[in-house]
Amino acid sequence: MGATRADAAGGPGLRSARRRVSAALFRRSWLRATLLLSAPGAWFLLIYLAALAILFVSAFWRVDSFTGDIVHDWNLDNFKTIVESPTYRTIAFRTIGIAAAVTITDALLAIPFAYFAARLAPKRLQTVLFVIVLVPLWTSYLVRVYAWRLILAHDGILNWTLHKLGFGGVDIAYSNWAMWVVFSYLWLPFMILPVWVAFERVPASFLEASADLGARGWTTFRRVLLPMVLPGIVAGSIFTFSLTLGDFITPTLVGGASSDFIGNVVYGSVGIANNVPFAAAFATIPLLVMGVYLLVARRMGAFEAL
Amino acid sequence: MVVLATLGLMSIVACGGGGDNSSTTSNLPTSIGKGEGELNLIAWEGYTEPEWVKPFEQQTGCKVNAKYAGSSDEMVTLMRQGGGSQYDMVSASGDASLRLIRGGDVAPVNVALVPGWQDFIPQLKSPPHNTVDGKHYGVSLQWGPNTLLYNTRDVTTTPTSWSTIYDARYKGQVTVPDNPIQIADAALYLSRTRPELGIRDPYELTEDQLNAAVDLLRQQRPLIKKYWALASDEIDLFKNGDATVGASWPLQTISLQGANVPVKDLIPREGTTGWADTWMLSANARHPNCAYAWMKWISTPRVQAQQALSFNETPANAKACSYMDDMQRGSCAAYHLNEPASYFSSISFWRTPAKDCGDGSQDCTDYTTWQQKWTEMKG
Amino acid sequence: MDSSGTRISRAALAVWSALIVLFLMFPILLIALYAFNSSNVQSWPLEGLSTKWFSSTFHDEAMREALWLSVRAGLLATTIAIVLGSMAAFAVHRFRFFGRETISFLLVLPLALPGIITGMALNSFFTWGTVNFSLTTIVIGHATFCIVTVYNNALARLRRTQTSLVEASMDLGADGWQTFRHVTLPVVATALVAGGLLAFALSFDEVVVTTFTAGAQNTLPLWIFGNIRLGHDLPQTNVVVLFVIVVTIVPVTLAQRLTRDTGVLRVGGGGKSGGRADASTHVAVAAEPAP
Repeated sequence: MGATRADAAGGPGLRSARRRVSAALFRRSWLRATLLLSAPGAWFLLIYLAALAILFVSAFWRVDSFTGDIVHDWNLDNFKTIVESPTYRTIAFRTIGIAAAVTITDALLAIPFAYFAARLAPKRLQTVLFVIVLVPLWTSYLVRVYAWRLILAHDGILNWTLHKLGFGGVDIAYSNWAMWVVFSYLWLPFMILPVWVAFERVPASFLEASADLGARGWTTFRRVLLPMVLPGIVAGSIFTFSLTLGDFITPTLVGGASSDFIGNVVYGSVGIANNVPFAAAFATIPLLVMGVYLLVARRMGAFEAL
Repeated sequence: MVVLATLGLMSIVACGGGGDNSSTTSNLPTSIGKGEGELNLIAWEGYTEPEWVKPFEQQTGCKVNAKYAGSSDEMVTLMRQGGGSQYDMVSASGDASLRLIRGGDVAPVNVALVPGWQDFIPQLKSPPHNTVDGKHYGVSLQWGPNTLLYNTRDVTTTPTSWSTIYDARYKGQVTVPDNPIQIADAALYLSRTRPELGIRDPYELTEDQLNAAVDLLRQQRPLIKKYWALASDEIDLFKNGDATVGASWPLQTISLQGANVPVKDLIPREGTTGWADTWMLSANARHPNCAYAWMKWISTPRVQAQQALSFNETPANAKACSYMDDMQRGSCAAYHLNEPASYFSSISFWRTPAKDCGDGSQDCTDYTTWQQKWTEMKG
Repeated sequence: MDSSGTRISRAALAVWSALIVLFLMFPILLIALYAFNSSNVQSWPLEGLSTKWFSSTFHDEAMREALWLSVRAGLLATTIAIVLGSMAAFAVHRFRFFGRETISFLLVLPLALPGIITGMALNSFFTWGTVNFSLTTIVIGHATFCIVTVYNNALARLRRTQTSLVEASMDLGADGWQTFRHVTLPVVATALVAGGLLAFALSFDEVVVTTFTAGAQNTLPLWIFGNIRLGHDLPQTNVVVLFVIVVTIVPVTLAQRLTRDTGVLRVGGGGKSGGRADASTHVAVAAEPAP
């Protein structure tokens, strides 16, 4: 390690101190890892994980009905209520069901679009398409949902168009159908982006080789492209699934009489009845579902494609 | 991680339950001291409009920071944040005020320091939802009824009873608030139509009475287009043809009429529920002098009139009548401030349901039960 | 290869993409249109056009304060996310250590778990610690889910470059800091920008966690939520959102241009498909085992 131009900065003492430190660090990789990880690690551990732990511990307690104070007597009542009551089971299944439907819808919508944008569109168009995909993310969530209310309302744009075309109207304004449409709209950019990147990363040589071996377009797509972009699809699905699973604002805005989500019950328990233990207990459902989902996603390589 | 969790648990146990009931009795201030320069409020959206906040800030030097809450109980939760000293005041409705009092989150106030209080309508000087054992835990603010709203084009005969919103004729066109306290509305209706249930007070329901009310709501559910959570939701529903009849506030009626939607509202013959708000002072307020200055300001007749017309509610201060008519002719009568007594008595104001039935027994159902039943009913 | 089939499928894909564009943009166009709504109730068809809301919105002090608070919170959260996210990405990429896989998992949690859980947890935590709710608590709340976007982008980029570069640099006599500055950082810089941009977008539009972590302040989404709740001045929200859209188109376009450049290992141009695919992938795929 002789002197080179790279040494020019800093005086001799500082230089050698720096070198010694960096040499020591280079050799003891665990030390560097620890140092690098200490700041984000400290952050996460102390604030976020501790907060989560305390929250979920409170699921085992209950709340005094009049004053609203949390009473620390350990019990499983909250969990029993959730498991035994048909209402909460219905709500949980409804939430998971719509989250799955939204995920599948977004995947189907996104894949052809991402393929086109990544591999077929000329450069200029690519930039335009990218901006178009990203602009909704910068547009307020609430205002976008309100725009959909305008479209789906009884006297709204959709029915107006249908009447003009000679069809009858549809009455989907405040219903699970409306929620399915709105959620699919809201999270579509989150699905498009990782799939786009995944398509971009497929080397052209693979496709050429597949064609050389005699595969037609669709076969190439099914047997070569799809497996390679699957991690991207799964990565996008993490967003669409989890964002739908935990949402309570869209059900409040475009949901109907029976459209409560897990998030609504949680929010209602916290905000309305100040029953944090019950809210925490019910919130373990999305926690568990997402935990399992993430484990599966990791197996499928989605984390590298996020 | 386990260590941290244990530490956390230990501190929570040590801190005990929420607010402590230490600050009761005297120590009431006898005069309003110098302002502290700031005031943190929890308020309903629209209760701190610049129209009356700016002059207050200029006169007292107390900068107002408002945190808006969407429900009474969100207000309760917020009041307990930061050890109870994050916010100085809260404009709680009757369904939350008693909980705050029992929880020790609010302190008694000296109404002698609020001159407007002398001119309040008698019913709101010391109402049971903010005055306990002779102590005033805040000053009344404004009040209003829950009305029956209907579209005159689709509902051709004028409704006279709450039965309209339970009528299968309007299937898929009804809307009512998404609030467990709506059970009281059902109970009120049942108290007239099924007297054998013995419901005397819609907020004091035994298990059987509660179940009857919830059953009625369950029958109503197929008729409901949407349970509205925000006033603007109901406005959208009526404006866009999704609902033609429902439970509402005067705010929606006036907004819709302003948008040329043919609607009218009324109070049916069974009477109705209503809400009355109180400005309450936090037990650990950091800016008590500014808080008292605010209570004084917000109770003056002119400001009461301004707020009433802005939010479409009725003031507590009777002297606001002439100011209301000045700002908008005929509004004093429209909001029933000119003869409040009979109007007031037809309204059953929001109160937090509790186990205490008021007649000595403890069989009544409390709010947590109401909330669970409501969630189960909606499914 | 069946060329007419390819042409048909290309045309079909183009049509599909056009429909998706329409789907994505239609509500946005509605928002822009309704910023000019003369009535304060949103209904179809439009009552009439008016620009009166523009001046009332920009004179609304609460709105301006909320917008400024959102910008500050976003910038702070993004900065924290870039610093911490890149540090975590470096650590995970460079070193093999116990619990390496868990890090990715843990970092994704704030984004993958419903916002209401994060919000409730942080709220109870802050209440228990009697921390005053202010810009700081808002930023902490945002940073938890912003870190992961930068982390993922940085890690993905690092994975696509060769680690031998660092070793080569050290061999040539540069110390750790110089290597970082002259070799590692340029490679990763655009990934940090892309991640930071997404982080800012997430923070700027966040409602749920912010509801639980804000004190008596309003970020822009909270202001919008309050405005919607009251229903008096609905078109104001459309005006503000239109303003935000117009203002952000430029940085977003710039960022897209930036992230196309993959830095160190860009192999030159080449044909349509060769140049399009991320050039460094070729090298990475050839040199390293698949991730």
